[in-house]
Amino acid sequence: MSKGLIGKKLGMTGLFMPDGRYVPVTVIQAGPCVVTQVKRAARDGYNALQLGFGRRKASRVNRPMKGHLKKSGEQLFSVLREFPVDNPDDFSLGQEITLDLFQVGDRVRVSGKSKGRGFSGVIKRHGFHRGPKSHGSRSIRPPGSIGCSAWPSRVLKGKKMPGQYGNERQTMRNLEIVDIRPEENLLLVKGAVPGHRSALVTIRK
Amino acid sequence: MDKIAQIQRESIRLDHPDFGPGDTVKVHVKITEGEKERIQVFQGVVISRRGSRAGASFTVRKVSYGVGVERVFPLHSPIIDKIEVVTRGRVRRAKIYYLRKLRGKAARIQEKRTA
Repeated sequence: MSKGLIGKKLGMTGLFMPDGRYVPVTVIQAGPCVVTQVKRAARDGYNALQLGFGRRKASRVNRPMKGHLKKSGEQLFSVLREFPVDNPDDFSLGQEITLDLFQVGDRVRVSGKSKGRGFSGVIKRHGFHRGPKSHGSRSIRPPGSIGCSAWPSRVLKGKKMPGQYGNERQTMRNLEIVDIRPEENLLLVKGAVPGHRSALVTIRK
Repeated sequence: MDKIAQIQRESIRLDHPDFGPGDTVKVHVKITEGEKERIQVFQGVVISRRGSRAGASFTVRKVSYGVGVERVFPLHSPIIDKIEVVTRGRVRRAKIYYLRKLRGKAARIQEKRTA
């Protein structure tokens, strides 16, 4: 069994459970992915599967990539990702991997690129409180003091400061699979997943 | 987005009668106690309806032993067995929160006249 799939985040909604709970879910279009390369410990140093997902126009794929993808069939993928696997001999090039590897109730981890928020201040980035807006206040959103004085006369490492926030790889662990719809390749996981709508995500066991 | 709308449409219940603010309704609520399931009726005036699609909800208010009780139900929740409209009231706004301040005779709602 492959240990993961590539997917596209479609968005969020909610589902009613039979007992009346309203569960927030993220809808992910997961797979079907095609095995484009099987990596073996003897040759590549580790066991893994390279999976392809999505479409790309032929004019947008360069020749080395076309040559690589030709080994697994004629499909041109927009995304290739590797997933570790225990026994690479169970797989063959061109094999299709679908949602069958997941079951309702499984816990998965979903990775993706979080929404980019640019260069953000400490309130948005680290959840600092803001200062008073009135009574002569002139420090509404600045971070305040960032350290001590003559000792240690430097700023401590790891101090939370403004900077780039988002647009980095994040992983949500232990998300429960609420529903699987194999005919539409849809995976419904409980809770939020990194990234904007139509963002690329990988789902791993 | 289309797939999301489709999933939302699945949870929408089409078996509810048409009702709105000012109407008196009986809401039959499924209650599970351990293994057993029974149905409890919550009767009162609908004072608000909000939301659209699967997330819609409505608020029912009743006065129980002199104490006002309000309950918010998700409109499409499976715990609602059925909704019965008892009377249709004539009110002039969509949210009749002013009812909270009124008691006794003043809290009456005129019934809607149907030709």
